[in-house]
Amino acid sequence: MDLSAINPLLFVAGFLVAATPLIFAALGELVVEKSGVLNLGVEGMMIIGAICGFATAVETGSPLLGFAAAAVGGAALSLLFAFLTQITLANQVASGLALTLFGLGFSALLGQSYVGVKPPRLDEVNFGLLHDIPVLGPILFSHDIILYLGFAMVVAVWALLKFTRAGLILRAVGESHDAAHALGYKVVRIRTLAIMFGGACAGLGGAYISLIRVPQWTEGMTAGVGWIALALVVFASWKPWRLLLGAYLFGGITQLQLNLQGAGVAIPVEYLAMSPYIITILVLVVLSADKSAAPASLGRNFHASS
Amino acid sequence: MIRLEKRPQASQVFSWATPLLAVLATMFFGGLLFAALGKDPITSILTIFWQPLFGDFAFYYRPQLLIKGAPLVLIAIGLSLGFKAGIWNIGAEGQYIMGAIFGAATGLAFYPTESFLIFPLMILAGALGGLVWAMIPAVLKVKFGTNEILVSLMLVYVAEQFLASMSLGLLKNPEGFGFPGSRNLQQYPSSHNAELIAGSGMHWGVVAALIAVIFAYVLLARHQLGFAIRVTGEAPRAAKFSGVNPTRLVLFCMGMSGLLAGLAGMFEVAGPAGQITIDFNVGYGFTAIIVAFLGRLHPIGILLAGGLMALTYIGGDIAQSQLGLPAAAIQVFQGMLLFFLLAFDLFTNYQLRFGRAEVA
Repeated sequence: MDLSAINPLLFVAGFLVAATPLIFAALGELVVEKSGVLNLGVEGMMIIGAICGFATAVETGSPLLGFAAAAVGGAALSLLFAFLTQITLANQVASGLALTLFGLGFSALLGQSYVGVKPPRLDEVNFGLLHDIPVLGPILFSHDIILYLGFAMVVAVWALLKFTRAGLILRAVGESHDAAHALGYKVVRIRTLAIMFGGACAGLGGAYISLIRVPQWTEGMTAGVGWIALALVVFASWKPWRLLLGAYLFGGITQLQLNLQGAGVAIPVEYLAMSPYIITILVLVVLSADKSAAPASLGRNFHASS
Repeated sequence: MIRLEKRPQASQVFSWATPLLAVLATMFFGGLLFAALGKDPITSILTIFWQPLFGDFAFYYRPQLLIKGAPLVLIAIGLSLGFKAGIWNIGAEGQYIMGAIFGAATGLAFYPTESFLIFPLMILAGALGGLVWAMIPAVLKVKFGTNEILVSLMLVYVAEQFLASMSLGLLKNPEGFGFPGSRNLQQYPSSHNAELIAGSGMHWGVVAALIAVIFAYVLLARHQLGFAIRVTGEAPRAAKFSGVNPTRLVLFCMGMSGLLAGLAGMFEVAGPAGQITIDFNVGYGFTAIIVAFLGRLHPIGILLAGGLMALTYIGGDIAQSQLGLPAAAIQVFQGMLLFFLLAFDLFTNYQLRFGRAEVA
């Protein structure tokens, strides 16, 4: 074992990258759950985003167009979920699962001709002199624009939920859809918009995996990140800042276990690869005691007649 | 103006018509999908649904129906109990893997001893493996209120890594020339889950699946526990007042679904698959979720749905080799089925009303 093989600067910069897909996916799901909808299809929307982004980036040569396509793809798939749960009033758990199963299959179908292709690279943002600051430069100022977008969106969602009227309405719908309906808010419309936002975010997160973190396309490459994102929302007790913290924690663990694999630790690779999932379970156990932060209408369907 | 109105009682007719409508819709839209992929839609659909049953090589495919259907039905029966009560075990795939590992490890531990006791022991071990794996989310839910969906799903990934570790390490065939994977249980008579009637596809897993169907039917229709499961799902508050113990219910439903999934894995590894390999699991645990819903969470329905889903697997394989239809297309096809099922289910609980909307 050679721990000195781990470069601390690269490690920190790496875990910011590892955390970004989680930030996107979990932030989207946070907004969805705040509106009172539980969408378990995050994994499916991520993988669809991953292939839509990858294919578009390869075909057009522009990674940014790829990310745009990923957001559209994720939102389009989420519309299916919105249709099932908001219009046909299907069970949200079952619909979310259907979304994931369908997304995994559909992405494999779309991605057949992209296995082994190299996507175009998204350049780092040019910060000029800032990049040359020792330690901080390589950690903070050597990333692509999407990583910073993820951070900015956490701030934006936090501000939206806390300070704006739109945020208040969203929360009202999530806490009591009957009361919100009585006040004249369009519950179904608001929830559908939230679901689409969640889909777009999940799509961006997926594309970040296929275009930047890996960067390559393989079937089922999101490997449970979508599910970890769902756990992360619980971990964050539906608060954007804690979500950011949680994403960095998980990103750190993922990156650490990869680094340890590289450094040749005596623990077998498979057991290291298990660790993010086991830690997710442990975190859920520790934090599940407090459910008070969950939106009161979470997972309940709304129909104006009832 | 078309409105939705809640039915006073769920429609029995639609409850059973929904799966049929969903299958028809899936055939139609699946046909469109296949056409988009440049295949003749009619030929593709016929290849998937007709060839395995009545085609020229049906004698070869029909036994496959039992082989592929048995694990699906076994797992789905277990899942349906929990789903009925609102307990969501999504990690059957992991429990299936653990059942296979426990079962195979027990058999391999006795290699090369021959005894009629080994196979029953393997069955017990397989059931135990699945049970243990399912009890983790169950106990965590009961003790700490953890979400069983997330925990059981996380454990799928853990089980997959464990499977890789086992087939590369502890269970690796010492005479396997360094290739990953265990000894082949088919070549070890005491552990082989052989066909009961040669060429029929009927192995002990199929028998177990049929027993599970009968057991679940009796449980739900005649037993107090079955009643508790149904009441909890339909009216949680009423269940509370009638003295249903939710803790016991969670432990039972999760445990039973894990046990059955573990059995399915064990029968698979000792029979059709033969050995523990890195890619031993092929997603039966997830497809079984579709089977459970398609069968309306009813034991007989699940039996039929399992057969249908097995048909799409086999037909998909044929379509893949004969028409060059990609394997993923079948996965999409199966996913579509669940979508349509959920969407059409609207008519079970709601009816359409035509006429002017009331003034709110």
